[in-house]
Amino acid sequence: MRHRTWRDVTLPWLIAFAGGALFSLGLALSGMTDPAKVLGFLDVTGGWDPTLAFVMAGGVGVFAIAWRASRRLRAPILAARFPELPDAVDRSLLIGALLFGAGWGLAGYCPAPALASMGAGIDGAALFVIAMMAGMLGHELRERQRSRF
Amino acid sequence: MSYLVALLGGAIIGGAAALLLILSGRIAGVSGILGGALVPRVGEVGWRVMFLAGLVGGGLIGAMVAPGAYGAARGSGPLLVAAGLLVGFGTRLGSGCTSGHGICGVSRLSRRSITATALFVVTGMIATFAVRHIISGVR
Repeated sequence: MRHRTWRDVTLPWLIAFAGGALFSLGLALSGMTDPAKVLGFLDVTGGWDPTLAFVMAGGVGVFAIAWRASRRLRAPILAARFPELPDAVDRSLLIGALLFGAGWGLAGYCPAPALASMGAGIDGAALFVIAMMAGMLGHELRERQRSRF
Repeated sequence: MSYLVALLGGAIIGGAAALLLILSGRIAGVSGILGGALVPRVGEVGWRVMFLAGLVGGGLIGAMVAPGAYGAARGSGPLLVAAGLLVGFGTRLGSGCTSGHGICGVSRLSRRSITATALFVVTGMIATFAVRHIISGVR
């Protein structure tokens, strides 16, 4: 096995950190870290706030260009291959999206803004994040139970 | 004006996801990144922890520069716990959240992600309606 260099380890870590920080900046700027604004988008009865549609348009617009560009590359610049992504619609996808939507609509937090708000020291955000991680581990336990039989 | 800022904010989120895709071949789906960090596999932990550190640390710095950008959490403790459990379990079962399905998946016109996004936006609207107008008095 060839010696692992800074290009294999340190650089991907720096890119991930920079990506996370940039993502966090985008969330704060776009209003996603204000649950009142998110719920203003989800509440279609009276005074609908369309802000989130603009956030999504900006995100989709930029990433769509990046995705098309990536199709022209044989591999990512610093990694061996692009991920293979599934396209099948199955029961798990539908039920999962349903449960996620219900939780999102209850508190106005989806995973990324909750994590950024926890960093910002917002009361209740850490509680939400701990419950969210418990839910994720609950799913993992369920998977392991199912695969045993 | 605020719509333009929201558009710019969204573009920055898309840019962050683009950086990860083009350089590292990773999808910036935040529920997947966190879920994968909680169930460690060799070679799959470091970059996830670093991304999450940037995301959480960004909030820490952001709150110093622009505290107004971080609104108060909505609802009581039990409601936040219930919402967190649903979001955690649901995003893992459905393989994604607003970032992975909503931005990365919709961008590449994935049938799977468009279906998931439509579904969680509609159920989010129903849940918000239920809390605000049926259970009422909560806020």
